[in-house]
Formats: sequence, C-alpha cells, structure tokens
Amino acid sequence: MMHLKNKIAVVGVGTTAYGTFPEIDDYGLAARAFRNAVDDCGLDKGRIDGLLCCRVPFYARMGEILGLDPRWTIQLPPHGRMAGMAVVEAMIALETGAADYVALLYANIGRSRRVNYGGEEVAGVWDPWGFTSPGAAHAMMFRMHMERYGTTTRQLGEVSVAFRRHAGLHPDAVMKTPITLDDHAAARPIVEPLRLLDYCLINDGAVCLILTTAERARDLRKPPVLISGVGARDAFRRSAIPNFDPDFWYAETREAGEAAYRMAGVGPADVDALMCYDNFSPTVLFSLEGLGFCGRGEAGAFVEGGRLQIDGDLPTNTDGGHLSNSYMQGWALNVEAVRQLRGECGARQVANCEVVQYVAVTPCTRSIIYTRG
Amino acid sequence: MLTYNKPLPPDDPLFAPFWANARSRRLSIQCCRACGDRRFPPGPVCPRCLSEDQDWDTVSGRGTLVSWVRFHRAYWAGFVQEIPYDCCLVQLEEGPLLVSNFAGPPPAPLRSGLPLRVVFEDITDRYTLPKFVAA
Ligand SMILES: [Zn+2]
Repeated sequence: MMHLKNKIAVVGVGTTAYGTFPEIDDYGLAARAFRNAVDDCGLDKGRIDGLLCCRVPFYARMGEILGLDPRWTIQLPPHGRMAGMAVVEAMIALETGAADYVALLYANIGRSRRVNYGGEEVAGVWDPWGFTSPGAAHAMMFRMHMERYGTTTRQLGEVSVAFRRHAGLHPDAVMKTPITLDDHAAARPIVEPLRLLDYCLINDGAVCLILTTAERARDLRKPPVLISGVGARDAFRRSAIPNFDPDFWYAETREAGEAAYRMAGVGPADVDALMCYDNFSPTVLFSLEGLGFCGRGEAGAFVEGGRLQIDGDLPTNTDGGHLSNSYMQGWALNVEAVRQLRGECGARQVANCEVVQYVAVTPCTRSIIYTRG
Repeated sequence: MLTYNKPLPPDDPLFAPFWANARSRRLSIQCCRACGDRRFPPGPVCPRCLSEDQDWDTVSGRGTLVSWVRFHRAYWAGFVQEIPYDCCLVQLEEGPLLVSNFAGPPPAPLRSGLPLRVVFEDITDRYTLPKFVAA
C-alpha cells in the first residue's frame, strides 16, 4: 500500500442527526447522509461509480433509491469493525481505476428497532455458562489488564469523562450531560468490572464518505483530506471467544500502527488528534498501548489528568466517540477526522490540526492516518 | 429434573463428543491425529495441517484462572434469578482457554493464576456442564 500515500482523498462527508427515529428506515437515513456528503463536496452524483454499503441491508435497493448504477459495488457485513476496512477497499478500487468516485454508506437503526447485543437467538459456544455479549468480552479483557498491570476502573473512567466532555462541545452528540469520575464509578454495573458509562451508546443514524483520487479531488468544493497511511492485521486464530483476545490484539495493533506510520512518514508524536474505536472504554487503553502512545501496561496512568481531552496532550474522539456522540461503529470517527483537518469543528476544534489517526482495535485491526491536502 | 430454562449447548455434531465426555465426567479437547495440534472449540479440520482426522483427548481438568467477570444483567430469562453471577476464564494445563463458571461461591480472594480444577454439574437429562473450583 506504500505507493498509495497521499494518492486517495476524502472529498465529501455527510452525517444525519443521531437519536431514535422509528419513522425512517436505514435506507432513508443512508440517503440523507449521502445527500449531505454530495452537497459537502459539490460532486454531480451521476459521477459516483463506486458504492460500498455496510449495515444497509441491500446494496441494490440502496443504489435504486439513490439513482446509482456503479461499476464497483461491495456489501460488507453489519459488524462494528468494518469502517477502516471499507476505506482500504475503496482506496484499492480507486487506485486500480475500478471506480473514480466511491460512496461509502453506513446506516444503523439499532435503537428504534431495539437491537440487543448478547443473548442472540443463534446459540453460541459459551452460552450454556451464561457468557455472552461484546461488553462481557471486554470486561474479561479489562480484568486481565487490571491483574497484569494494576490498571484501575477509575483510570478507565478518564476515557468516559473525556469523551463526554467532547460530546458537550458537539451539537450532534446524543449524550451531552457532563460526567465526573465519581459518576463513572457510581454508574450501574453491567458486566463487572465494566459499568454503564464504559459501554457505547446504541442509537440510529447514518454516515457517508465520498472518496476519489487526490488528483480529481482538486476540482471539488472543499480542500481534500488525504489518506497518508493505512495499516491492517486480522486475528482470527485466537477468535474462539467472540470480541475477545487474550493479548488485547497488541501485536496486531502494533503492526497496523507501524505500517500506517511508516507509510505516512509520521509517528505517534506527530498525531494531533486520535480517533479511537471505543465500543467499550477498555479498547481505548488497548489502542494507546498498541500504537505506542505509551508503554505496554501504562495506558491507565497515561489517560489520567485529562490527557485525552480537547486541551490535553492527545485529544481523542473529539466528537464524543461511541461512548457519548453516536454509535456509528467507527464511521463517524472517520468523518470527525476529516472535519478536524478541515477546521470545521467549532468549539471542539483542535488547534493547528494536521495529522489525525483513526484506529479500530478489534479482530480486524485497522489504522488510517489522514492529513491535510 | 426441573425444567431447565438456560441456554443449552448448540446442537452441533462437531461438539457432540465434548458433551458426551462431559456427561461421563471427562473434560476433553479436540486433537489432530495427523499432527497432534489440540484446541477448543473444535473445527472440521486442523487449523495447523488441515487434516480432517480429528479426535478428542481427555485432559487433566486442571487449569489456572485467567480472568473473571460478574454479570449484573440477564441476557436470557433463565438467568434472571441468578444475577449477579460470575463467569471465569480458565487456561487449561493443556493450553486451550475455556469460559466457564465457578461451582458454588467463587474462590476468595480471586486472582489471576489461581489453580483450579474441573467439576461437573448435570443440568438436564442429557447435558452436563464442566465448571471449576479452587484446586
Ligand atoms: Zn493437524
């Protein structure tokens, strides 16, 4: 992928309101996000010849609704870890000429349709022991982190507090009421050691990103945001417990991060803002260690004192993340990266923002480094 | 036996030997007759050599506690009366990780590395759950 450095650009981003919208379905939300992204870049939608759908039920119906006949179409499964994977797929399609302008669409109606995670009707291996849900898997990992490194739930609370503060500065965010470390500690336990404020929100909404080559991007409305680096590594051999890894995907995160840094020619010290997949708060600690923002086992101490907050050393999830902005499964974090680099973030804008990193530490770990064009 | 309303093992032929062995008070993991690789959960081929010649080995039932969590939410109706309840993550002496429960109250104090041993709990006329106690 090295030769793709700065060759592909994000030119348009669009999001919907976030909340509970029983009156509209996922296609309708995706169409709104698409229209907003098209308006954002000023592209004639007839030129979009690539379509990627994630969590939108059926790509053909989506294309019908939007009036698109692409040359390149991909449907990804409705899993949380797909956003970074989608961006990489789109880069490859644009580089090879399989498509010239790609729209990536994600929609989620899990809130109004009452989707629950855990206790699925399809029986899982560990169900007979009562073990289910991605949150429980992360609780299991965080307990290991506590035992190995002495990390505390109060340190974990720093993550939730920082992101909630950012959500308060973000007009679109779902959860804006400020919280304290004590609120975090007093929140209802769900699967201990995790509590309610360690869990992502579940809400409806949709996101669209439009990508093209850096060359074509110059003709569009806004300054392009370049994709300077990407890195990837999956971990399926150790995936017997869903959403769990006995080593917190450390080696995979290191590898994906190093690949992205090498390609972009930057390091952790150059990152002005981090967009970190926060399905559950412990994932943020695993990400910081894997990417090398701090040493192994040191993320608990690293996040203390508001380091992840907008005025801290490493502003992270400036939109509020999954914990407080919106459950857009990584997609909204990629949009926030673009908006930060464009300087569109108002009260939550990171000053002199030039390098933004996205990371999703999951069984399919991906990292993307965005820079100003 | 009283009506059992917690989730039962998936009716998957791949797992049938595991549950049959558990019924006979034996904890077992899948093993490859071609290369000796051992694992749980089982698969249709060996992930190391891709052989289909897979069998089951009875293991010692000894392991160590790796992690544990306490559920305060019941994801199935059958667990409503149980909450809060604990799940533990056990590394078997032979390598594989198992998610399970403590039989009876959890050992105190809980710490990673705590030696555990398997016990068996009949849950229905057909199924027996391996659980763990302090060794
Ligand atoms: Zn083998």
